[in-house]
Amino acid sequence: MVGASETTELGVIPQISQQQLHADAALNALADAGLTVKDIDGFATAGDRPTDLAYYLGITPKWVDGTAVGGCSFMLHVRHAVAAIMSGHCETVLITHGESGRSGVGRGGFASAPASLTGQFEMPFGPMGPTSLFTLPVLRYMKDYGMTHEQLAMVAVVQREWASKNPRASQRDPITIDDVLNSKMIAYPFHLLECCLVTDGGGALILTKSERAKDFPQKPVYIIGTGESVETPMISQMQDLTSSRAFTVAGPSAMKEAQITHQEVDHLMVYDAFAHLPIYGLEDLGFCERGEAPSFIWEQNTAPGGKLPMNTNGGGLSYMHSGMYGMYAMQESIRQIRGVAPAQVPEAKVSLCLGVGGMFGASGCIVFASEPKL
Amino acid sequence: MDKPKRALPRPTPETAHFWEGTKAGELLLQSCSVCKTTYFPPRPFCPDCGSRKVEISRASGKATLDSYVINHRNHPAFDGPYAIAIVKLKEGPRMMTNIVGCPQTPESLVLDMPLIVKYENVSEEITLPLFEPEGDDNE
Repeated sequence: MVGASETTELGVIPQISQQQLHADAALNALADAGLTVKDIDGFATAGDRPTDLAYYLGITPKWVDGTAVGGCSFMLHVRHAVAAIMSGHCETVLITHGESGRSGVGRGGFASAPASLTGQFEMPFGPMGPTSLFTLPVLRYMKDYGMTHEQLAMVAVVQREWASKNPRASQRDPITIDDVLNSKMIAYPFHLLECCLVTDGGGALILTKSERAKDFPQKPVYIIGTGESVETPMISQMQDLTSSRAFTVAGPSAMKEAQITHQEVDHLMVYDAFAHLPIYGLEDLGFCERGEAPSFIWEQNTAPGGKLPMNTNGGGLSYMHSGMYGMYAMQESIRQIRGVAPAQVPEAKVSLCLGVGGMFGASGCIVFASEPKL
Repeated sequence: MDKPKRALPRPTPETAHFWEGTKAGELLLQSCSVCKTTYFPPRPFCPDCGSRKVEISRASGKATLDSYVINHRNHPAFDGPYAIAIVKLKEGPRMMTNIVGCPQTPESLVLDMPLIVKYENVSEEITLPLFEPEGDDNE
């Protein structure tokens, strides 16, 4: 512990919101340690979301913990931070707490509460959930890189092609670009078939030490690299509307930890709540140069038989999407490495799985492999 | 003034100056006295360097259209499809807003078009900063 501090004042503080209580304590602790926010690469909090606070403080974390189990959450954060530092996930962790328990100033609860930054500076302008928020940056991408409406539609067409091979997929009938562009307009430029499904489901995972893995009935799948980050709870405040900063931290962290090159990735999952996510993912992970992912997908490189099979379950666009799709993306990576996927990629040994949280607010990335080390 | 149908903001002590500003017809940003970063949304320290030495600065109200969607789902505060936009202020920061004073169509909403702030009083306490095409005087 190299820095520790409470808020400047304690007691009754109606002139400071809950979020600023976190920040006040954080700035005091940083001063105590002789550090600035730029020295922090790990962040944990409870009560409020780590995405909100890391953004508010100006932190770009490589490790995030939002474990929330009540008043002792911060003890769990300390324990998790020790493990993270020892394993090299990050070097310097900031853990914050702030609670306007008496005055109730800016005590949110949910992310779009009227006193939250999103509630004050986005919700008044009429966004209605992900369809009109997550989609907001894409016109900028289209203008900057010349992506066409047809290229965006192709993302959905290719994923339906994968879904057609999967009996568990919700939508399996093949579709054309015209089908996509003639489907109902949801939020220009997004049509219905460029938005994810809304379905019900669940998933679970069990992990143990790799030395024990061979004692179990199933072929083991090893985790050889991981990465994570958060950027902002406000889509309007992304650093760059054509790239997810959280992707650009989480993806390369995972690949570096796994010590793999792009050529060694046999199978890719990119969380696709909307058709533009695989495009941002391919570029932010470095599989494509800036502006080249639309033509990469157009030329069938991610389709069945292509050199980089992606979203092989059909994805959130065609397989299933219950709201938090990340679990299903990992399930497909694991099926591919086990060799039991309905649309099996031949000799899939390394699968990279990139997730998004919120609306480009957070990211987690896992590299799965058939062997403990390449 | 219509009955408010929008989700209205509840100012906090750290953002109150912004909402007092829009009510008085001013768009207020903050600037860091140490590293000179101009930023939004409001907070009493610089998100770039962490300094608490920040001051309030008045923006020009000029912006360009950075990105948008035209939402086709029904919303009680809007008649028909309406644009939700991200604008880039002349001073640098971006903000979410609506574009008013022009048709809500891709043909009329051209990226990078110049915009100027237009204040809309939506409740006794709250005035929202909306934007309209610059030079198109519809009065």
